[in-house]
Amino acid sequence: MKYIVSLVLGLIVGVSLFVAGLLYNPFLADRGLSPLSVTKAEVITLSFANVPAESIAFTNDGESLHGPYPEKVLQLWEAPIRRTSAMTTVMRDGRNQVAGIGVKFASDSESTRLFSGEAITNSVWYIYLPEHGSLFIEQTENYFPFIREVAFPAWRSSANSWRGSWLGDLTAGPGTLGTAAVTGGSGRVDGLKMAGMESISVRAFSTETGLVSSEGRLLIELPETQSAVEN
Amino acid sequence: MHVPDLAGELDCGETVLLKTFFFGIILGLAVAAGGLYAIPVVDQKRESSIVTVAPNGGNAETFHVNIPMDRILLGDQGQAAAIPPGLVWPTDEILADIRTEVFKIRNARDAVVGVAVRAAATSDENNVIDWVLHLPARGSFFVNMDVEPVEGGFRIGEIGSGSREFEPLSGFMTERWIANNSNDEDAPAGRIELSATYVGELEPLEEEETFE
Repeated sequence: MKYIVSLVLGLIVGVSLFVAGLLYNPFLADRGLSPLSVTKAEVITLSFANVPAESIAFTNDGESLHGPYPEKVLQLWEAPIRRTSAMTTVMRDGRNQVAGIGVKFASDSESTRLFSGEAITNSVWYIYLPEHGSLFIEQTENYFPFIREVAFPAWRSSANSWRGSWLGDLTAGPGTLGTAAVTGGSGRVDGLKMAGMESISVRAFSTETGLVSSEGRLLIELPETQSAVEN
Repeated sequence: MHVPDLAGELDCGETVLLKTFFFGIILGLAVAAGGLYAIPVVDQKRESSIVTVAPNGGNAETFHVNIPMDRILLGDQGQAAAIPPGLVWPTDEILADIRTEVFKIRNARDAVVGVAVRAAATSDENNVIDWVLHLPARGSFFVNMDVEPVEGGFRIGEIGSGSREFEPLSGFMTERWIANNSNDEDAPAGRIELSATYVGELEPLEEEETFE
């Protein structure tokens, strides 16, 4: 009997060591500076409320951490869309003025590999900006740094919450530099192929209600020829 | 400095116990690593695609939206009743001419397979009708429609961009409103029918095939 207890204790310690190694693995560090933050090309900067209750509408399967908003919005309970969320939000420009409307669809990705620090979401944005036209953004996002640096500390805390200041790039592809693929659909950006980057800043997170205070930001790099024409 | 020989002080039974514990640790590490590597964390449910071959080349697929049951959101400053109830649509002047709708989309078997957004905007320069269809297990694509409907009452638009499965595809999509004439109480008021035709990129022939 004592050997079984010893084996089980060893198993628990082994699994715990593995989880700790995964969460504190220095080789799974952030990718650092976003390539778009050092670009010389013209950049469209957009910000949006990243807390579902501060958006226009947010929906998912109704059983996830973030509840649908408004309360009576249709939920995505059908099996093929159960792991998908849809958010409609106001997009603001760099001067914090309303610039347009954005709709984001995000689905958990089958390419998620926690073993290598990849908690992947496939997402697309449709954004209409009266000043620029319509934009389609497709990207893969990696939430692992967020889980490691915000969600896990919140879960470990006795108050089940986290407060601080966390800023991270979520976009991890499909571009070779880890950027999103952006296509202009109409207006000034019609037909343009661009690169984009989504990041979020989080100030408060609760394991019971999800994001409490958070803002998202999208950077879209215009092609240099387009910037030159504009100038 | 004297270092006590703790291992030497253990009797045979305790040594085996300690070895079992260390074996447990290694087993735990292996089980956790193997489990995480082998068991998929995410497994998206797939509905079988219903794709047909289009008469002039390419593959055709039809989706539809039952109105009003599949409408998730209708955002329009001129809209009297909020959809969904409780929706507060922004009243900023810059958004006055934008109408945004978010739907669930269904395949030809009437099964929900994804979500979509349709945006219509009017301005002095140009009017816009855009669709983005998002099928979680397959990918997404973006279509910019011609604003003026063609003969037969449908609009047509080119697939401008796509992700994952749709990334190498081009083609077009049509939208058409089909009113429901059934007297059934639970029947939808009608449906938006979306017919997509995908055309793949030409792939270069293998060297052997070229010489044949």
